[in-house]
Amino acid sequence: MQDKQDNLELGGRTFHSRFILGSGKYSLKLIRAAVEYAGAEIVTLAVRRANTKETENILDYMPKGVTLLPNTSGARNAEEAVRIARLARELGCGNFVKIEIMRDFKYLLPDNAETIKATRILADEGFVVLPYMYPDLNVARDLADAGAAAVMPLAAPIGSNKGLATREFVQILIDEIDLPVIVDAGIGRPSQACEAMEMGAAAIMANTALATAGDLPLMASAFKLAIEAGRKAYLAGLGRVLARGGSSSDPLTGFLRD
Amino acid sequence: MENKFIVENKGLSPAALRRKTQLETDPSCRTDCMKYESGMEVINSDIKDRVLAQVAGYDYGKYTAADVKAALGRSRCTAEDLKALLSPAAEPFLEQMAERARIETGRHFGNTVYLFTPLYIANYCENYCVYCGFNCYNDIARMRLDESRIEREMQVIAQSGMEEILILTGESREKSDIKYIGAACKLARKYFRLVGLEIYPVNTDEYRYLHECGADYVTVFQETYDINKYGELHLAGHKRVWPYRFDAQERALKAGMRGVAFSALLGLSDFRKDALATALHAYYIQRKYPHAELSLSCPRLRPIINNDKINPQDVGEKQLCQIICAYRIFMPYIGITVSSRESAKFRNGIVKIAATKISAGVSTGIGDHEKKYKGGQQGESGDEQFEIADGRSLEKTYEEIEEEGLQPVLNDYLYV
Repeated sequence: MQDKQDNLELGGRTFHSRFILGSGKYSLKLIRAAVEYAGAEIVTLAVRRANTKETENILDYMPKGVTLLPNTSGARNAEEAVRIARLARELGCGNFVKIEIMRDFKYLLPDNAETIKATRILADEGFVVLPYMYPDLNVARDLADAGAAAVMPLAAPIGSNKGLATREFVQILIDEIDLPVIVDAGIGRPSQACEAMEMGAAAIMANTALATAGDLPLMASAFKLAIEAGRKAYLAGLGRVLARGGSSSDPLTGFLRD
Repeated sequence: MENKFIVENKGLSPAALRRKTQLETDPSCRTDCMKYESGMEVINSDIKDRVLAQVAGYDYGKYTAADVKAALGRSRCTAEDLKALLSPAAEPFLEQMAERARIETGRHFGNTVYLFTPLYIANYCENYCVYCGFNCYNDIARMRLDESRIEREMQVIAQSGMEEILILTGESREKSDIKYIGAACKLARKYFRLVGLEIYPVNTDEYRYLHECGADYVTVFQETYDINKYGELHLAGHKRVWPYRFDAQERALKAGMRGVAFSALLGLSDFRKDALATALHAYYIQRKYPHAELSLSCPRLRPIINNDKINPQDVGEKQLCQIICAYRIFMPYIGITVSSRESAKFRNGIVKIAATKISAGVSTGIGDHEKKYKGGQQGESGDEQFEIADGRSLEKTYEEIEEEGLQPVLNDYLYV
């Protein structure tokens, strides 16, 4: 059996859960239950939602003890992302930041070039930087060089629930990058989260899949189990998967036996 | 008489009455509504031509139930699918359209609904648009709030908890000049997290100035994309110039505004064509300015002071719902605003399907928020642009959205 202490190390901190939960698309009153059922220890929130007056502050709904992962949504370039990250720190959201830079309103696809720039600046300022990115190996290497604490490639367009549309490219990042690879965006079902974990993803981030579920806490719990199952399968080492039918042992090289 | 909106005004001078009657009855005395006036910036854009070409070729009678089913069966909605969804053939499929729209809305917005309120700071107008309560020949109480009154109104609104404001004026460059509107924007930034503008269209450098003053969102209603009808309804004033109005969103985006909103006033002309034109206008802008945040409004005609007969014509609530669902299926990512022109019942229903933003605590008059929000005396006030149908306060609207299982959001905006 594998060591029970299978933890996620991120920015010098240790997490037991590998499920990062979004908070922006559902009722504030459900955040607590979602975190609890998901067993999540990291919750993302948009700084632009947190930057509000006292009437309705999403920060008030965050359970104690979770690590906040503020995101820079709304930023259209590196400069804006840096400003938003600094504001997050001023608002008391800690030093973790998820960089989201979009100059595409339709698909909300990340701008990799600007993301590298912002990562370098913020990592130099002591932030634990988790960049949301399009899964491109060269960019992932540049992000690692720039000081990112992990990379967060998208599985599919955000909110699409399409699952691992970028499967092959995410696998390359997992194989080649020494940082944790956290699969973000597009994961619509627990089975897709499980598959990403089986591939060797370090964690899964989901929001819309839960927000659009009939029973949010129950879906949070389903994701938790799927992510744990996928992780265990990865650690166990998947057995060989045969393309079709059975097979005798050494069908091709049997003739070499004496 | 070309239209049924005309309002009588016995208080006009004989000369003004003569001019009014002449404008109404003698098309030859009107200017060419496709010709820019001096001072109006002309930009290089082919979006007008593309929208008009699509609308000209739109024969909604030719679409069948099979076209509608095919449109609903596709994962990505094309312009041709949109045409089917806006056609009469789609009416029997309203529930299926709503179901699809609800799924798309959920994917992009979760269950959030944004709230805002409009603030009219002046109702002077230099235009003669026959259906509008602010038109220059309508006999209403005119007013322009000075800066201290604007600030007082903003304080009262901010105290209610509202964080997004839309500043409106009547369309008078003389009475509500750019500097005056800019001053209102600067004041609004003190009290609100997002400041939008719905004013007369201006040139790029003027939008840039207003952006520097704190406005980040520009709404311009084209009213109707039917140029002939536009010319018959907008009889005089700078608003008469149709293409200058059409290009307003592009000028605003070139000036650095983060977002723009589009709309036809449903009921003025053929609503199916106007709905198609509105959606395509936004669609082409999205392709040219992919970073821009876009939203659509879907107002229907309402009664005005001195003409309570004005109504949404053939655009019933079912047709309105059809249009909104078609917008959502065609552009799943776009904001859709439903104003207090519609009833509380309709708005509570439509936020569950496709609308992402609604107004609350609304007055379309000038300087009357203190009375409406807090009761008691008020100073001088100006008359309303149109009658609203949903007078709910922010608190009540917020509660009712929550009861529908949705999350009201007062702010999701950051100036960076």
